[in-house]
Amino acid sequence: MSLSIKKADSLNSRCHKLCCTKLNNFGVNIGENTIFTNVNMHIHCGELTAIIGRNGAGKSTLLKAILGEIAHEGTLTYHDAKDLHTGRPRIGYVPQALRFDAGSPTSVLDLFTACLSRRPAWLRSSAENRLQAQKALANVQAEHLLDRRLGALSGGELQRVLVALALEPVPDLLLLDEPVTGIDQNGLEVFYAMVSALRKQHDLSIIIISHDFDFVARYADRVVLLEKTVVASGTPQEVFSDPKTNSIFNLNAQFWHNLASSARNGECK
Amino acid sequence: MDLVYSIIGTILPFEWTQHNFMKNALLAILLVMPLFGLLGTMVVNNRLAFFSDSLGHGAFTGVALGSLLGIVEPLTAVLVFSLFFAGMITWIKHSSNASTDTIIGVFSSLAIAIGLIILSYSGNVSKYSAYLIGDLLSINRQDLSLLVVVFILTLLLWSIIFNNLLVISVNPSLAASRGISPLVSEMMFAASLAAVVAISIQWVGLLVINSMLVLPAAAARNISSNMRAYHLWAVLIALFAGLSGLIISYYGNVVTGATIALISSMIFFVTFILRRYIIKA
Repeated sequence: MSLSIKKADSLNSRCHKLCCTKLNNFGVNIGENTIFTNVNMHIHCGELTAIIGRNGAGKSTLLKAILGEIAHEGTLTYHDAKDLHTGRPRIGYVPQALRFDAGSPTSVLDLFTACLSRRPAWLRSSAENRLQAQKALANVQAEHLLDRRLGALSGGELQRVLVALALEPVPDLLLLDEPVTGIDQNGLEVFYAMVSALRKQHDLSIIIISHDFDFVARYADRVVLLEKTVVASGTPQEVFSDPKTNSIFNLNAQFWHNLASSARNGECK
Repeated sequence: MDLVYSIIGTILPFEWTQHNFMKNALLAILLVMPLFGLLGTMVVNNRLAFFSDSLGHGAFTGVALGSLLGIVEPLTAVLVFSLFFAGMITWIKHSSNASTDTIIGVFSSLAIAIGLIILSYSGNVSKYSAYLIGDLLSINRQDLSLLVVVFILTLLLWSIIFNNLLVISVNPSLAASRGISPLVSEMMFAASLAAVVAISIQWVGLLVINSMLVLPAAAARNISSNMRAYHLWAVLIALFAGLSGLIISYYGNVVTGATIALISSMIFFVTFILRRYIIKA
């Protein structure tokens, strides 16, 4: 109990002292369809916010809107702790999957060079580039993957490479689209533990789209339930014990009860 | 130019290099085949073979429009129309939800239909049918100087936009998070493809021009595990196929474009078999 009070205290003080990212009145319309509307979120540094929702609830579109890939209504503002660079946050993004086929001759180093350097990836990479990529990969224990082809990596390996890339340079806001295929339960556990550790290490604001309520209950600081707009938001136990959550996902009450209590125990956070 | 001719004559004292038209053809191949190899890497990687094929059709319409408007230098009309055509497809692709293949298919058919109708209306079909199979003798000094300009521009462009194109091909949202605009990069890529196709179509021929872009890169892809090897092999294979195709077509008295395409295909099959022994990473 004392722990949760302390946590609530630090949450309140953070809002004034440290950095935060705000989504004000976010909305996206594609043609005549409203994908989502009136989404407001307030994310503090060092917090992991999980977005949950059914298929087609607008989760991935929300990430694309935050990235600036698709046009949206509303504003995205970022406030730095020391007001060093307030305005648009630097965003790191970890996609759910890659688009191209496994046969492509693109190595991990090629991808790093293409993202981080002006030197074309079809020339020999500079020693500096190589070192930078190696250091980034070392953060996620993946330096041995530097010269492997992207298509030859396992789902878990690819995810680690993409996280390393998203953290180079260290972003203000990290967006993750949780992998749903090509990664087993054990790999997902490792993935969440890694993301959770990074949050503390770099004091990152993290938004993750998640499909695994068990992980959300154990690792997330806040949960946002999206269904065309924000239906519920708060701590995992608040959202999982909310009747609206139950009515959207239509699972039995015992399931939510168990989730809410596992969130309350706060293991692994 | 005479200096270049005499240098070729000195370095390559063979029968086929005696003629000026063969010297022109040799220069054209040395300039254009590396470009086909380079641009082809992205055509194959991003599955744009259908798009690059349609550029040939667009260039053919350019030929027809040029003849209708009475433009004496057909290359100008081809170049302008090809750039317009490639820009249109890329723009519509970006601003519509329809399948890319469908959009390209529609434009491709439209272009070739307009081209054929214009040529038949003006009674020029047979005159311009050379564009279907290509004519090596058609390369003149003016084409070569234009080719040098395109060569330099494409190399510059490829150094600037390649990294962006690679990130876009891996994941468009990842590119967005890095502040890369897909439309700008893809427009420039489409423009360079269109320019290279427009300039080469008169001697390669509409029917096989796409194989110049696709085959060297497809063969290189079989034996490469990173972008450096991929580019190196694509350029080397394109140059080898181009030079051997030129010599064989001269002595065998057959069309050059198709000969180059045939050699490239054979290289593709060899690398396809080698693939399992080479690619590990």
